[in-house]
Amino acid sequence: MSSLSATIQDVFNEPGCGKNANKTEAERKKGCTKQLQPGGAAGGCAFDGAKIALQPFTDVAHLVHGPIACEGNSWDNRGSASSGSDLWRRSFTTDMNETDIVFGGEKRLYKAIKEVIEKYDPPAIFVYQTCVPAMIGDDINAVCKAAATKFGKPVIPVNSPGFVGPKNLGNKLAGEALLEHVIGTAEPDYSTPYDINIIGEYNLSGEFWQIKPLLDELGIRILSCISGDGKYRELAYSHRAKAAMMVCSKAMINVARKMEERYGIPYFEGSFYGIQDSSDSLREIARMLIERGAPGELMDRTEAVIAREEAKAWAAIERFKPRFKDKKVLLITGGVKSWSVVAALQEAGLEIVGTSVKKSTKEDKERIKELMGQDAHMIEDMTPREMYKMLKDARADIMLSGGKSQFVALKAAMPWLDINQERCHAYMGYIGMVKLMEEIEKALYNPMWAQLRRPAPWDDAGVNWQAKAIAQMDAQAAEIAADPALAEATRRAKKICHCKTVDLGSIEDAIAAHGLSTVDAVKEHTNASGGCGACKGRIEDILAAQPTPILQAAE
Amino acid sequence: MAIVTTSKKACSVNPLKMSQPIGGSFAFMGLRGAMPLLHGSQGCTSFGLTLFVRHFKEAVPMQTTAMSEVATVLGGYENVEQAILNIYNRTKPEIIGINSTGVTETKGDDVEGFIRLIRQKHPQLEKFPLVYVSTPDFKDAFQDGWEKTVARMVEVLVDPAEAGAVRDPARVNVLPGCHLTPGDLDELRTIIEDFGLKPSFLPDLAGSLDGHIPDEFTPTTIGGIGVDEIATMGQAAWTIAIGAQMKRAAEAMQQRAGVPFRLFERLCGLAPNDEFIAFLSEISGRPVPAKYRRQRGQLADAMLDTHFHIGGRKLAIGAEPDLLFDLSSMLHEMGAEVAVAVTTTASPVLERVRTQEVLIGDLEDLEDLAKVRGCDLLITHSHGRQAASRLKIPFYRAGFPMFDRLGAGHLLSVGYRGTRDLIFDLANLVIADREANHQPTPDTWRTTESGLQVVPPQLH
Repeated sequence: MSSLSATIQDVFNEPGCGKNANKTEAERKKGCTKQLQPGGAAGGCAFDGAKIALQPFTDVAHLVHGPIACEGNSWDNRGSASSGSDLWRRSFTTDMNETDIVFGGEKRLYKAIKEVIEKYDPPAIFVYQTCVPAMIGDDINAVCKAAATKFGKPVIPVNSPGFVGPKNLGNKLAGEALLEHVIGTAEPDYSTPYDINIIGEYNLSGEFWQIKPLLDELGIRILSCISGDGKYRELAYSHRAKAAMMVCSKAMINVARKMEERYGIPYFEGSFYGIQDSSDSLREIARMLIERGAPGELMDRTEAVIAREEAKAWAAIERFKPRFKDKKVLLITGGVKSWSVVAALQEAGLEIVGTSVKKSTKEDKERIKELMGQDAHMIEDMTPREMYKMLKDARADIMLSGGKSQFVALKAAMPWLDINQERCHAYMGYIGMVKLMEEIEKALYNPMWAQLRRPAPWDDAGVNWQAKAIAQMDAQAAEIAADPALAEATRRAKKICHCKTVDLGSIEDAIAAHGLSTVDAVKEHTNASGGCGACKGRIEDILAAQPTPILQAAE
Repeated sequence: MAIVTTSKKACSVNPLKMSQPIGGSFAFMGLRGAMPLLHGSQGCTSFGLTLFVRHFKEAVPMQTTAMSEVATVLGGYENVEQAILNIYNRTKPEIIGINSTGVTETKGDDVEGFIRLIRQKHPQLEKFPLVYVSTPDFKDAFQDGWEKTVARMVEVLVDPAEAGAVRDPARVNVLPGCHLTPGDLDELRTIIEDFGLKPSFLPDLAGSLDGHIPDEFTPTTIGGIGVDEIATMGQAAWTIAIGAQMKRAAEAMQQRAGVPFRLFERLCGLAPNDEFIAFLSEISGRPVPAKYRRQRGQLADAMLDTHFHIGGRKLAIGAEPDLLFDLSSMLHEMGAEVAVAVTTTASPVLERVRTQEVLIGDLEDLEDLAKVRGCDLLITHSHGRQAASRLKIPFYRAGFPMFDRLGAGHLLSVGYRGTRDLIFDLANLVIADREANHQPTPDTWRTTESGLQVVPPQLH
């Protein structure tokens, strides 16, 4: 059994991940464990990531080994939907106390597993490791193994304590647990040439059921969905699928790639957000299945379904086009949704004025550029004030984002819509896209906004706090414009590398002083891009903009 | 006298309890310009943050020292230093409130020591308000984190009494427990001000998490009590502590500045409010305003109207000790039977809950016992929703978190008026349940061989 650090290294070496492939050996060792900035970070931990990825398995008991914070503060907070068991929504935790910390928590964990089996008799138990038991050396692998032998039931250790890294590392470590302990441990009753796996789909708000009827109609069987509305046994025999679709960008790429490597299941990366994406994905599924032996007529039937569904969706969306004319959307979200939603919104005639790339991989960004043109205004780290200014300057009529940034828009009396995991509407497939349009229309044209934007009777119009904030920013901008020295200082103070806090000035100075020409050389001298590496592109741009004619050979 | 027992299970199922550090951060959220900081891994903060945002539907400031595996093992001095500097430089707070977590307590980080070193090393922080409270996750619960944190705020931020200093007879300190909502605090403020008194709330969530539109963009809290005002709380004539959890802070205030205190363990129900209003009248030397005489009459009438529906109900309640004591006592006084009481942590009030047994346990215990004992009214926080749907009994959401209904910050339980509205809500819930699920049928009263089976739908 490989150690946790070895597993993490293995995940970092993931060749399927474009982000990793571009890294040097040393960088790859550091992997996705972007060194977070104390006092300036706000994401979930690796445990959170592992739990998000696996909890949608509905008939499994998810047991969290740790003090109350890890589970007590977080359970039942995701909107995945189940067509059967509700066991996944129950919360199980060892709720470690001081005595457990002193004497070790293994016995309590073992007893907890026993209690869960006696009371709920699930087909399997997933045991999640957290920081505190990891620190005191509780060996959950050994406990799980002993319990599995004793009780004759799969007890799967998920080794992803919070402090090893961020959420997306946790997604991958969860995938490793499935690969090591579950996938390939059972056989399906029968198999068909139409069996596929869906990887990285969590069935939020039941949205996958917006697509499933089409697959059912085509006779395509979802052998296993990892993990939305998933069942343990299906997961265990998922290695018999003929093809796989990876839905959530990179979250579980290791699962998709290793299943290809081990079991010869080809996969593609696709999305069911947006009409075009949905059609492409259906086509790709059909193409892959045919390649793996399904009859060629599958493609004809698929094309017929696509034609029918597209026609229906376009007809439905037509109604919104006049309503959305000249309306602009500020899109702030991470990862896969950035590009998949962009495509969808453009289909309805909305103009996108920005999207964020904080959680997106380089590939995601490329896709956004492709879809939106090179001028895409991608927002790396907007402050609430800047976000608001963008909305206010009528460059956006509505903001779509995750829950955490909603208040910038709402408090400024601007329409806002939730498109992340806490949302309560389903936006997948053809029908989901029409639903999204409906929601956007409802938000944009709600008569409430006009009243809310009116000043209180005792306030002067135009002297409200929003106006003041804008005036402040404008004054700053004017001051900078009037003073060339200040303008230059402001320009040079622009932060390029957020992890290592390196500004543009230091990088330019280093380039000029040492005649640098590569990102690696810049890193050597300034430490910029020594963290997550997300600023590499910006450094490349800076290098390209330098007047120096000296071109050294690439290292 | 209730017997207090602790669940013997190794596995907590459907926890009622939330962790101590976020209870501490919650207290800091009632301070103006504050940034609560958890010394732990980023998940410790992110889970708490998500919970607060879902409860209040507000932007909530909360930061992390972002401890990695290596930093955890080697000690977190650098992380604490960097976090404080980053927050100080970036968000320009008036105070940073630090709580430890399970990971950093397991290692045993000496954060008080860290802070001393940081102040030496960075002179700009020498006088900057930094309050640290030790709150490991593996001990106690949410309410305890609040209790310890408010007591520590008093010890660190209130100026000690000077000999011969004059007290302001109109000034009153109010130390509210974490079971009161911003709406409750506003109600109390109105009541106290109506007696011509000037209250200072510590902490004051009504200023920060009442859902108002802020005057400017700020990454810290958008209201609450200022550090300057806290410093002068020693000049008040009285301290009013609400909930037994606030006794510690009230005692700290008395010790530090000599302010006498009066503890009100409850503010829901007729009798507790009589006591409260009489006290305000006494310390202010003013008669009770006509408004409260009328409100008392309205509550009395509401009790008459609602007792038909609340009387005889078998209540299953899961809540932190002070909220449990307050609500269950009020309902007991209305004729309900407290059949199941489950709580999160030890407290002196538990043995006075009007029931046989109080269990320190989880929502599985609450659900199982409610089923066995045939309860027909469930009160707990939003995580009770699964139990409620399986039990098929009326469910009233009370406490933190309340993430699946709106207006959590404005729910009232204090005062004559708050109690009045609360019992109307409860009675209406019971009526709606009867209409939906317990309409009489020709077989409702049919005698079976096993004996007389009566399912009595109460009359309107």
